[in-house]
Amino acid sequence: MITLALRMLFNDRAKYLMLVSGVAFASLLMIQQSGVFCGLMSWTYSSLRNLRAPIWVMDPKVEQVNDPKPLRDTDVFRVRSIDGVAWAAPLYTGNVQGRLPNGNFKLVQLVGLDNNTFTGAPGPEKFLAGSLEDLRLPNTVIIDDFAVQRLSDGLTNPDGTTRKIGVGDVFDINDHEARVVGIVKAYRSFTGGPYVFTTYDRALQYAPPTRRMLSFVLAAPVEGMDPAVIAERITRESGLQAQSEANFRHLTLFWFVKNTGIPISFGTTVLLGLIVGLVISGQTYYTFILENARSIAAFKAMGASMPLLIRMLITQSVVAGLIGFGIGVGLAAGFGYLTAPKGQPPFFLLPEILFGVAGFILLITISAALLGVIKVARMDPDTVFRG
Amino acid sequence: MSDAPIPAIQISHVSKSFGQGQALVEALKDVSLEAFLGEMFFLVGPSGCGKTTLLSILCSTLKPTSGNVKVLGTDLTAASNRRLTRFRREHVGFVFQQFNLIPTLTITENVSVPLLLAGRGASAANRLAKEALDRVGLGDKIALRPGKLSGGQQQRVAIARALVHSPDLIVCDEPTSALDSETGHQIMEILDEVARDSKRCVIVVTHDPRILGFADRLAEMEDGRILKITTGTAHATG
Ligand SMILES: Nc1ncnc2c1ncn2[C@@H]1O[C@H](COP(=O)(O)OP(=O)(O)O)[C@@H](O)[C@H]1O
Ligand SMILES: [Mg+2]
Repeated sequence: MITLALRMLFNDRAKYLMLVSGVAFASLLMIQQSGVFCGLMSWTYSSLRNLRAPIWVMDPKVEQVNDPKPLRDTDVFRVRSIDGVAWAAPLYTGNVQGRLPNGNFKLVQLVGLDNNTFTGAPGPEKFLAGSLEDLRLPNTVIIDDFAVQRLSDGLTNPDGTTRKIGVGDVFDINDHEARVVGIVKAYRSFTGGPYVFTTYDRALQYAPPTRRMLSFVLAAPVEGMDPAVIAERITRESGLQAQSEANFRHLTLFWFVKNTGIPISFGTTVLLGLIVGLVISGQTYYTFILENARSIAAFKAMGASMPLLIRMLITQSVVAGLIGFGIGVGLAAGFGYLTAPKGQPPFFLLPEILFGVAGFILLITISAALLGVIKVARMDPDTVFRG
Repeated sequence: MSDAPIPAIQISHVSKSFGQGQALVEALKDVSLEAFLGEMFFLVGPSGCGKTTLLSILCSTLKPTSGNVKVLGTDLTAASNRRLTRFRREHVGFVFQQFNLIPTLTITENVSVPLLLAGRGASAANRLAKEALDRVGLGDKIALRPGKLSGGQQQRVAIARALVHSPDLIVCDEPTSALDSETGHQIMEILDEVARDSKRCVIVVTHDPRILGFADRLAEMEDGRILKITTGTAHATG
């Protein structure tokens, strides 16, 4: 009978397609929007993913990684002197104007790394061209792959065709020459500017001068110590604010969740997908049951028990729901697959999202089936005799 | 009928009313009736006289307001809903005026429903359903859906479905009303054979005068009562 129930569903082509596409659409919308949301939110802590350090030390008023408050240069030494700190290095981050060969300006995310150790620099596995060591040469920078797209406007070959910026090319940052000696893969920053890595001292030349220039102190605990414990000690002993990397990520992420409309706007779309899916699928399934009322009444008259009918209805609705969900996941994954390499829009599909949406779809379909069950339970087997 | 007839249906003092107060409808008023295995029993009378209501009660899709119903040895008035569901599954075959076939299933699948409900395996059900369709002359249409068949053919599918699990009670509500008279006649001949061939009781509700000749006995109803029960012309010599 369960097989027959499914055949009844599949053979009712129009309604079956409507049901499945309703669920597919809802799943797609929910998964895709959640994916873009997570992707976008992951941008907020890109600097923490691109610059690796177990502990970040900053001004006590700093709330998230994209908005540092300058420190005194001497704060590096204060951190370094604290017991349990293995090393500490200065870091400059800031947005500055880069000038392209065609005279246009583009905002870039400038990063100044410790002059000697390059602490926090992208690892060798991130390098697409050039090398980190070349940063020791005068007027040199390392750019990310996104900068290659953004800073290439107006670059031409001798024969007049356009080309991309690469190792050996030169552009200006605030009237200072910046020669590219490396290209790395990096996560996109939330502000949208490509990353330009250089040494700390050179960053100070590129950036407009202010009284204090040090953005963060990157630090690490001595081996075997928990970064969170040492961060707490730094905070206590220096009067600065120190956060473990993981913690700082959370702080940054939740700062954006709390202080921007992003979660609400995405939440609205997800809710919309949910409602649309619910209305389309629920409505269609309910119509399906209404139109099959005579058949179901006939089953009842012929001696189909209520538990059997319930199993039939739930199977129909859950199978349609899961097929729709599968298609929705496929479409969302296809979307992610197409856009992920470009990172625009960002797409970050957490397994939690999939499970969440699957659970939700199950909930909708089972509720729709139960609505049908209520209808069927109220149905008199006697109705088969009535016109 | 040489042996003493075995009662299939014993109904005594059954009443049924719908609604309450001003809207109260007394569909059956103190109806008593007996029908036997091997018999084709007709319920006739004008529209609204309570034929369908009586049929529903004796096949247990409807409960009487008062009175006693005993069918095939089972007391239907005392039984639980679950028990009644099982009773219908095991003992009753249905033929409806509007056929009530499932349009999205093939006729073989339609006919296999009572077998599947009885817990038969899919392949056995399939085979028996095809045999039943063969018996009603539709052996060449087994893969079609009901919509592809004429009304008479659809009613034959319904009869195959009513017979496939060999029930001892077959209830037919206006089985010929949606059909032209020749097709109706053919349908009745099939049902007649069913009632003849095995020890079954076939109850036919109708207000179609063209088929009254098939009745062994018929109860004439009016306004919720049975006026009289007469012996039909069919098999009067048997
Ligand atoms: N479910 C119901 N609710 C209210 N009245 C009903 C219901 N079923 C039947 N009736 C009424 O009971 C009477 C007998 O109906 P029915 O048994 O269908 O007559 P018949 O089959 O002889 O045409 C009619 O007056 C009808 O309106
Ligand atoms: Mg009727």
